[in-house]
This record gives sequence, C-alpha cells and structure tokens, in this order.
Amino acid sequence: MGIMRVLARHLRVFYRTWQHNVMFNVVEPLLYLSALGFGLGAFVQKIDGMSYLQFIAPGMIAMTSMYAATFECSYGSFVRLHFQKTFHAMLAAPITTNDVVFGELLYGTLKSVLFGTVILVVVTILGQVHSLQALAIPLLLVLNGVVFAVMAITYTALIDNIEFLNYYITLIILPFFLFGGLYFPVNALPAWVQLFNWLNPLYHSVEICRALALGHASAFLWWHVIALAAIGAIILPFPLRLMRRRLIT
Amino acid sequence: MREVVVADNLGKCYGDFRALKGISFTIHEGECFGFLGHNGAGKSTTMRMIYGLSTVDEGRLQIFGQQIRLTSPEIKKLMGIVPQEDNLDPDLKVLENLEVYGGLFGLSRSEARTRGLRLLKLMGLEDKCFAPVESLSGGLKRRLVIARALINDPKLVILDEPTTGLDPQARHLVWQKLRALKNDGVTLVLTTHYMEEATQLCDRLVIMHEGNILAEGSPRELMNRFIRPFVIEVLAPPDSLPSDLSARIIQAGGEILQVIDGLFVYTDDNEIMWHKLLEWGISKNHCFARPTTLEDVFLKLTGDKGDGQWGS
Repeated sequence: MGIMRVLARHLRVFYRTWQHNVMFNVVEPLLYLSALGFGLGAFVQKIDGMSYLQFIAPGMIAMTSMYAATFECSYGSFVRLHFQKTFHAMLAAPITTNDVVFGELLYGTLKSVLFGTVILVVVTILGQVHSLQALAIPLLLVLNGVVFAVMAITYTALIDNIEFLNYYITLIILPFFLFGGLYFPVNALPAWVQLFNWLNPLYHSVEICRALALGHASAFLWWHVIALAAIGAIILPFPLRLMRRRLIT
Repeated sequence: MREVVVADNLGKCYGDFRALKGISFTIHEGECFGFLGHNGAGKSTTMRMIYGLSTVDEGRLQIFGQQIRLTSPEIKKLMGIVPQEDNLDPDLKVLENLEVYGGLFGLSRSEARTRGLRLLKLMGLEDKCFAPVESLSGGLKRRLVIARALINDPKLVILDEPTTGLDPQARHLVWQKLRALKNDGVTLVLTTHYMEEATQLCDRLVIMHEGNILAEGSPRELMNRFIRPFVIEVLAPPDSLPSDLSARIIQAGGEILQVIDGLFVYTDDNEIMWHKLLEWGISKNHCFARPTTLEDVFLKLTGDKGDGQWGS
C-alpha cells in the first residue's frame, strides 16, 4: 500500500495546481492545431481522404499524453529526487524505493491520461472525432502514459545534472514527435526510418488514436498495443534498480 | 533495560573509502544516546544504516531485537527521523506536510490532521499552519522537521545534527523540546558536533573519529576519565614563550595540548598553575582559566590526530 500513499502525496500537490496544469496542456495542442491544421493545412492536399486538420488532430491527443508523462517523470522527478529530497523524506517513513518509483509512474500516468483526455474532448468539440471507438482512447492513454513515464524516470535516474534532461527532450522525445506520424504519414519516410518507428512509442499511440477517432479500428492495432506494452515491460526493471542504487547506499 | 539498537563490529565502505571501521555500541530504551565527532567521522553513515538509507554490509545491526540488513518498513513504523538536511515538502503548506507524512505511515486524513495540529502546538508553530514551508526561518523549519518525525508516535527518534545552523535561542528551544520527549520515555539517538549539545542532552555518548569509536560513557564520566578539572588557555605565539615552558609545566604536574594559536594547560589546581605561569614570565593577558568541558575531552582524544598536539 506504500505506492498509494506516495500517490496520495502527489495528488495533494496536484490538487493545488491542476487548473494551471490543464490550462497549459490544452493551450499547446490548440496552438499546433490552429497553426498547422488551419494554417499549413490550407496548402496541404488531402491525406488518405482526410483534411490535414483531421489527420493531425488525433495525434495531438497522443502528443499531449506523452508530454504530460515525460515532464512529470523527468523534470518533476528530478526536482523531487535532487532538490527537494522528497524521496529521501519518504524513505524515512515505511516506504520502499519501489513504492517511490511506482508512485512516480502512477502520477505521471494519471496526468498523462487526464490531459490526453482533455484534448480528446477538445478535438471532439472541433468535430474531428467520428466514431464511438474513440471512447477507447483513454485506455490507450494509460498504456502510453506508463511507457513514457517509465522511459523518463529511467533517464532521470541515470543523470546527475538537470541540464542533461535537455538531451532527453531534444534527442529522444522530439524525434519521436517529429517522425512519429503526427504531421505526415510515416510511409513518406525512408524504409529504415519506418522500421525505427516500431521502437517509437508515440508512433504506435498516434496510429491507434487516429484509427479509433476515425472509427477505423482493426485487428492490426493489437500489434501496436503489443509493441507499446513490450517497450514498457522491457524498460520497467531498470528504473527500479537505478533508483534503489541512487537512494540506498 | 531493553536494548533498542545493538551494533556489533559495524563497518561500511564507499568504494575504497572506509567510512566506518567496525564499531560496536548498545542503545537502551528511554535514554538519549549521542554520537560526537567531526564531519566525516562516520556519524551520519551510522544513522543512515539505522534508518534504512544504507545497507549493513559488515558486522551486525539489531533494531528492536530484529537483525537487519536494510531497515524494513515495519521497523521504520516505530522510528522518527530528523535528517541532517531539512527535506520538508516545499510543494505543501506547513500542516499539509504533517498530514501527508502521516499518510505515508498509513494514518487516516483526520487522524493525521489531529496529530499534526497537536504537534504544531507542541513545537510552537500553531500560527503557521497554512504558511508555505519556504516562508519559515531555519529554526522554525527545524522544529517542523522534528514535529514531522513525531507524527507516528515513534519509540525511537533519530536526530542527525538537529541544531546545526540554528541561532542560540532556537537551539535552546529545540533542546527543551527534546528533553520533554525524553521525559515521555522516547529513546533519542543524536549526532552532533556541538559539545554543549551533547553535554546538555546525552545520557551516554560515543566519541567518533575517522570511522572508529574512541571512547564511550556519560559526559561526566568521560570528563573524569580523560581530562583534569581545569584548563588554562595560554594564547600567545609559541616563539614568544620560554623554550622550556612545556618541560616546566609537565614537571609541575600539568598536561599540555598544543593548539594552533597557543597552549592549553590542563591541571588539577588552576590557582597554583596560574601563579606558576606568571612566575615563569607569561603575561596574564595571555592566560584564560576555565573549568574543562566535554570539548577538552574531544580535543584530547581526536586532537593529536587532527589540529593539536598532546604532550604530558
């Protein structure tokens, strides 16, 4: 039950700031949608019969979810670990290092699902959701959130300086974001990049989101789900071990 | 009396550095037990092992009768920790800090709030309930950390340098609160490098140096065992003193500790020694007589390996 107690602490903090949190997380995808969807979209021909706005809108849901989990479990976790010593304080209570890590992951995932769902609602209001299949999107966001939270906290556990988080954002998250099929179909990319995309969790989430939003769900989507789950499951043991080594000497 | 913590030949290495070189001690229920030493003497390493931030790799450690390698959550339920650096939660207000911390121990929200309010009152923080943590002064933060350590009604409270960085008033206030705790039967374990703190609070203490325990006993016992009752500090450049001064002092039954800016002359009778020093041509402006304290024991035991030189 240590995990839930750690999560309770995070929720207490979230309760204080959620309005601002939601605000900023909604504004960013709206800026992308308006600049790219309406602006750039006017010059772009239809993609697979979709308008450009329609093509990118479902990706905004996955993107928001990715960024929410990523920032919480990178900058957020780093500050709690190194500056605020929150983890050390927790460990003086009946809490284990695994409780701490899972608590962080749960919190990152929760924010990820919440903010992604807010964007789902916004995109729906903008008329870009065409199927009840979209109701399954929050479920996908759970998986998406877990994967990005696990990745972020693993990297965070490896570094000693907060500046190094920039590498993670610029060299890992940004390429995911640019080449993950949000802004153009991935089959426009060279074959080897498409192959790489199977390691890109965002690519899988975007494909699933788009299919569900448009009502195109097919059995093939399960491969994307499996890929996501596999990435998360393979990485998960690392942050547990790395954080323990960092906290317990 | 029940044994709360028993360490047997406890050692710890960090890479090539041997932070703890096999120390043994026993802490009894209801006492205040002190660890006295310089920074780096091994005090905090010992504390971290007791409260579960370090593993026991060498020797044995028993807490509440249970042999441990890494202190378990069950044992941590019985302990309160005041760590060396304040790790209060700056994302939460004062009372919230206690509520959330109580939550980590499994207290219900209302129970944590009730206890939190009581502890804030005990620590004189009741008008700060809804203040941001960052707005508190160093002394108030320290008191809040102590309040937080008491949220689970601990049987054993570990205080790692509880008053470092506090002004004298704040320090005395913290001492008063700690004495009150001890009177309630709580076992206290304290590290400090303030001799006065150790003298004021500790029933028994160990003096640590470079990962070893050099001596153990009550402050009074240690003073009786290791040091004369009086000291005359001769604070003058060594080359301005007669060259045979040391020999004369020793012949007169005194003991000498060479310090950076002079000599400490330890003696059983400070009046006789005082007059002799004047006879030998030392200006009384350079002499200062006082009763010895635990600090002198500490200097004697650690000094000849550190800054000073001991001769007798």
